[in-house]
Formats: sequence, structure tokens, C-alpha cells
Amino acid sequence: MSPAEIIAILDERFGPVVTGKKLDTIDPWVSVDVGRLLEVCRFLRDDPRLRFDLLNCISGVDYLEPDPKKAPKAGFEPHLEVVYHLSSFTHRHRFVLKLILPRWKDGVAGQLPEVPSVCGLWATADWHERETFDLCGVLFTGHPDLRRILLAEDWEGHPLRKDYEFPLEYHGIRGR
Amino acid sequence: MGMMEGRWEEGFVTTTLEQAINWARQGSLWPMTFGLACCAIEMMATGASRYDIDRFGAGAFRATPRQADLMIVAGTVNFKMADRVRRLYHQMPEPKFVIAMGACTCGGGPYYKYGYNVVKGVDLVVPVDVYVPGCPPRPEALLEGLMRVQDKVRAMKDLTKGQPLNLPVPKRTGSVLLPEELATPEKALEFQTKNKEQAKPSKA
Repeated sequence: MSPAEIIAILDERFGPVVTGKKLDTIDPWVSVDVGRLLEVCRFLRDDPRLRFDLLNCISGVDYLEPDPKKAPKAGFEPHLEVVYHLSSFTHRHRFVLKLILPRWKDGVAGQLPEVPSVCGLWATADWHERETFDLCGVLFTGHPDLRRILLAEDWEGHPLRKDYEFPLEYHGIRGR
Repeated sequence: MGMMEGRWEEGFVTTTLEQAINWARQGSLWPMTFGLACCAIEMMATGASRYDIDRFGAGAFRATPRQADLMIVAGTVNFKMADRVRRLYHQMPEPKFVIAMGACTCGGGPYYKYGYNVVKGVDLVVPVDVYVPGCPPRPEALLEGLMRVQDKVRAMKDLTKGQPLNLPVPKRTGSVLLPEELATPEKALEFQTKNKEQAKPSKA
């Protein structure tokens, strides 16, 4: 099934939940409302026309231009995206789902944005969500075991955020 | 047995006990099996038949720090690992030696600027005896580093003074054999001017 058809199915089924879409890229995507993510994902997995039985990857992307001079020309507002790459073994098609999040929950710095976990739908999501939490700082609510996966457990901050500040010291070791 | 000072007399050799101990110790430095990143591949190559670190008595890679006296830190040390590296170092019995192998362990290497999680040199974690630069160093370089450790062992005055006194002066550092036209400074200058002359574009 072509991406246009998949998007048409989603549009028909969910309507305003689909907040944005882009077809003229290598990987066409739709962005959906965060609150309805689980519903959309369940549909994508279980609908006989779609059957997305494989979650390839979950990625976090931080859209922020830290340089204030370049910020007006950056072409985007500061925000965070979570990208889900899906595949279907049954129908051999692929699709990309995006969530567009604020960088901080309620605009308060330090409050991580929340996303419902899709662990219950695809078991693969477990470690991918832990990694996205660890490096990009997205809080997956309902995750069975949301700990840091790569960095040390007592690490501060989320390094792949563009405004991350490098540690000066860790356990008595000079950082730079 | 050149370092064994003394004379042969009816099958006896005389030396000091200290020198004998140092001689034995330098010939059986047991490294710890401990590879953190790509340098470990080169360390394995050093241990394998082509380079054969066993020629220098350091081929017995021990799987526990309790039996090892040489720690070859082969690879990038990140902050999460640094605690473990330090603990392994403390678990080794005295006397113990550390070789920092590769650019990452010498000073952060390619991760110096943007590596938020990389320790900028393992000497911030454990005391280092010999640095072996390179990315990764050739097995020959690691062997050279091992020889520097052996020099250090040979200079130890464990028995009499308690501590190694004089730092080792590199004794085997080879000088680079230059080609004939660069052998002396005069020849090199002549070679350079000749080259420059040749490099000038002809105005024909």
C-alpha cells in the first residue's frame, strides 16, 4: 500500500487527530495528536489493511537553534519530535508517525514532555523508549521500567538536547 | 642476561637480590584482559602470533585484576566506565602499572570537544605510567610501551628504598633512519632548495 493510501485511511478514520502530513519526502509521514497516540498505533497495528507488526525505531529529535543570531533564520519554532518508524511484514510497506511536542511540559524548563508508551503494542518499544528518554528527555508514561539505558543512573540532563550543558565534574573526575 | 652484573665463575652468577627480583618481574608482567573499545582489537593483535607480546613475558592475560600487574587501558573510557576502571585498578595487587593505550585514554582523543560522556584522559581516573598514542596504536607501539614499563620496573628500588627512585630514561628509543639525501642538515637544506627550484613554474 502506498503512503498516500495509508494517510487517506488514517484521515478517514481519525480526521482531526492527524495534525500534519507530508507526502513529497522519501519517508512520508503524518503527525498525530499526542493524547490519541495509543489509539492510532493500535489501529495501525491491528487494521487488516495496514498490519504494522514491526516497530523499527523510535527517535527523538530536538529542534532548537541555540545561537540567538541564527534562530530567526532557522525555519522552525523550538520543539521536540518523536518519530516512529513502522513496517509491515504482511503487506511489506513502511510508514512514519511523528509526534510534535513542546520542548518542556507546560513551558517550565526541566519538566519533561510526556508521551504515552507504546510498549504494550510493540515490545520493541521498551528499549527504544528508554533510549529516547535517556538522551532526548521524553517521559514515556506507562512504561514498565523507564530508567536510563546508556548513561550512568545518576547522570544529570539529557545530552542530545541542543541546550545541554556538558558536565564539569562526575564522581570527582574533571569533565573538561 | 646483560643486566646481570657480576661474573661467571664455575657456574655461579652474582648479582643483587633487587636486580634479580626486578629482572624476574619485568619478564613476567601479566596484563589484565581488559578492552574497552577498538584499541582492544590492536591489543589482541599484539597478543597474537604475529606480534606475540609473550616474547616479552607479558602474554599471560589474566581475567581477574587480582592476578594481574599491568593494566592496559585499551579504548575510550567514559564516565560510566571510569568508576569501574578505578575499582579494577584498586583491586590489582602492588606493584601495578598502567599503560594508557590510544588517543582516547591519553587525553580524550576525537571525543575531546564534543564527547559529553568521555573522560578526557584516563590519567584523571588512575595514575598512568606509560602513554601510547595512536588511533589505534600499532602493535609495535604497544610493545614499545611495554618495554618502557619494563624499564620502569628495572629501575625500581623496592627492596632498599621502598619506592622506584629514578624515572626510567627511554633506553631503546630508536631514531628514524633517514634517506641518504636527508642524512645531515646540510644535505637536507640542499635537498630542500633543489626541490623548491624544481617546483617553480617555468616561464617559457
